[in-house]
Amino acid sequence: MILLDAVRWIGTHPTEFLAALQQHLLMSAISLAIGLLIALPLAVLILPSRVGAGLTVGLVNAIRTIPSLAILAAALPILGIGIVPSIVALVVLAVPPILINSLIGLREVDADLIDAASGMGMRRAQILWRVRLPLAAPAIFAGIRTAAVQIISGATLASFIGGGGLGDFITAGIALMDYSRLLVGAVPIALLAIGVELGMASLERRLFVAKSA
Amino acid sequence: MRWAPNHLADIGLALWQHVLLVAVSVGVALVFALVAGIWSAHRPRAYTAILFLTGILFVIPSLAMFALLIPILGLGFKPAVIGLTSYCLLILTRNVVLGLRAVSPDIADAATGLGYGPIRRLFEIELPIALPFIVAGLRVAVVTVIGVATVAAYINAGGLGSIIFAGIDQRYPEKIIIGGGLTALMAITADLLLSRAEQALRGRTI
Repeated sequence: MILLDAVRWIGTHPTEFLAALQQHLLMSAISLAIGLLIALPLAVLILPSRVGAGLTVGLVNAIRTIPSLAILAAALPILGIGIVPSIVALVVLAVPPILINSLIGLREVDADLIDAASGMGMRRAQILWRVRLPLAAPAIFAGIRTAAVQIISGATLASFIGGGGLGDFITAGIALMDYSRLLVGAVPIALLAIGVELGMASLERRLFVAKSA
Repeated sequence: MRWAPNHLADIGLALWQHVLLVAVSVGVALVFALVAGIWSAHRPRAYTAILFLTGILFVIPSLAMFALLIPILGLGFKPAVIGLTSYCLLILTRNVVLGLRAVSPDIADAATGLGYGPIRRLFEIELPIALPFIVAGLRVAVVTVIGVATVAAYINAGGLGSIIFAGIDQRYPEKIIIGGGLTALMAITADLLLSRAEQALRGRTI
């Protein structure tokens, strides 16, 4: 049974497995954080300008058509091999969904609420922090969730440009045609992606559905 | 640009393989989605279960999905198509059901009143009304799969990904740009054509 062999391999090589898992998680978390730090302020910045927002959305949608594999591959000749080029590529994957969702969420805040807030004497910064961002939070969170799943998936491909992570076991497994080694990579990656998706979906429900009900 | 002009035949072959991978996987997924969608459109609990399962398939990273299929199916076109099919199931099934649910009960009743049986009603009334939704789903599925299919080259399924992988292995930026650029171009073209088709279908009178 190859699945059993895979579990046995993890048991006899715990440091290698944990190092790859840690690398995978670290790479994903850093990329998501940087992506959020770029996308959310950018969305706030371009929100007032129709032309700026239109151009940015167009550019972001163009980036979205480039396959993840090509974005990772493109980092290689520019930045070399390793975890840094992988993180840069993963940030490129993370920005579009967060940016588009934030922009839509911030824009769709009811104009009457903005009027009411400014009528109450709130300044623009206060309106942003106390009205727009809280009301756009569900949309922003949905963007973060999409980005997180894409990053976990993209981080698997980081193995091709020497970024490490759990994808290394899959590439080694295919190179050696060792089925159990394939599963040492594939099963934890699949579980990780499913866990992130279900975990963030339940967090989303707890944070936003209960409040609005 | 030194490599591409001398290797147009290789590029053409990769393009053709890519189109084939995408067409076959989306086609297979559409058959599954139609069957699952028609069956579950008016069975809410079954529909929820189908959405959950296809949602899980959708989030499994492509390389992991292919790796899980290799011990069963080996390398090549077959595991690639099955892996890519699994990505389309969520999008297509959801849109088939959305489309079927857009049929107003009055229209369905009227058809029954006119003596339409359930099969004839499905093919002559419900599916034509659902068609714009199904095409909208096809558009998202095709654009998604065009990108993911590049990874299939790693399990010897060919396609534009093989040019990108050659570029990685040989540190040859031109190949990465050609492979990635043609994939993006294919996605944009498919998006444009299918959104035209969707608009034409929405504008028609049945």
